[in-house]
Amino acid sequence: MKPFEPEIVAFCCHYCAYTAADMAGSMRIGYPPNVKIIKAPCSGKIDAIHIMKALEKGADGVYVAGCLEGDCHFKNGNNNAARRVKYLQKLLDEIGVGGERIAMITMSAGMGGRFAETAAEFTEKIRKLGPNPAKTAAGEKLEKAIA
Amino acid sequence: MITAERKPMQEIIDYVSPFNRILLVGCNECVTVCAAGGRKEVGLLASALQMSFMQRGKALDIQEITLERQCDPEYVEQLVNYVDRYDAVLSMACGCGVQEVARRYKTKPVFPALNTKFMGASEHQGIWAERCQGCGDCVLGVTGGICPIARCSKRIMNGPCGGSTKGKCEINPDIECAWQLIWDRLKMLGLEDRYEEIMEAKDWRTSRDGGPRRIVREDLAS
Ligand code: SF4
Ligand code: SF4
Ligand code: FES
Repeated sequence: MKPFEPEIVAFCCHYCAYTAADMAGSMRIGYPPNVKIIKAPCSGKIDAIHIMKALEKGADGVYVAGCLEGDCHFKNGNNNAARRVKYLQKLLDEIGVGGERIAMITMSAGMGGRFAETAAEFTEKIRKLGPNPAKTAAGEKLEKAIA
Repeated sequence: MITAERKPMQEIIDYVSPFNRILLVGCNECVTVCAAGGRKEVGLLASALQMSFMQRGKALDIQEITLERQCDPEYVEQLVNYVDRYDAVLSMACGCGVQEVARRYKTKPVFPALNTKFMGASEHQGIWAERCQGCGDCVLGVTGGICPIARCSKRIMNGPCGGSTKGKCEINPDIECAWQLIWDRLKMLGLEDRYEEIMEAKDWRTSRDGGPRRIVREDLAS
């Protein structure tokens, strides 16, 4: 069996985390290739369904990265995103996928180092949690069907 | 509006577990406004159920559809082209909608995904509170526009009771005493005299106590 490599989706606000990821690149700070970045105009633009669909389609972990408290360019998009993540964590706990697979993270555009650090930390956390249980069961069934 | 909340996931999962093909039906009216059963919530629930089934290695064929209203036969009729393809219907409407779907599609199991709560208003974004109990004989005209039936914990018609403290109800300090609100508003309107008039015992036959109610409008009924 192949060792588990988590697939992570990071919804990144254009004004902070996305730019910070860029910054990490130009500073030559590496971060795990497991993290797939999706650019958003603001973390508040990320709806609950985007997070759910990412997990349903096979992500092992998802995080939303927005501006620091008080710094959202649309006033409170980051707070709205944080509340949504919290709400979904409960729902994911209820269905057995586990709320700890999703997170809200904040940073500023200049924090290339923090972007890389949080990407690595989150990847490690998900690695410890193991694969998304929804994906595993569905995958096993598919493998059996193919065999 | 009629307010509602999603049922605990386990209960919903238990309802639909025996089936593989589910028609998940939302409603575009009250439950959309109170963020319980509109198009968005239908999408979330479909995804959550899908993941719950996947974990058990089960395939779920779930179709999402949100009707303009689920409490009107014209709209419920729109399901006619879908219902046959599914084993069961899961409704995200209030109890009225669920019952309309069950009445129209008699041989199809229909389950509620929501707990219908009360007739209320939105106090702030994300907060709804009870305002009316549909007593059938509205007294708001003499109570300063504040309902003693829906908003006084004891439904007192000549309040307040002895438990009213600093404007709060003795049942719970988060609940405003309806009779304090009534008095304050009457005073603001210069209608203190009205407060002195004793309200007679209410005739509850116009409410649920007279059995299930109907409205018949001869000019409209055909
Ligand atoms: S008096 Fe009756 S109809 Fe009027 S708001 Fe109260 S419960 Fe509703
Ligand atoms: S405190 Fe006020 S609202 Fe509460 S039961 Fe007494 S009269 Fe009603
Ligand atoms: S603009 Fe960055 S979180 Fe809103």
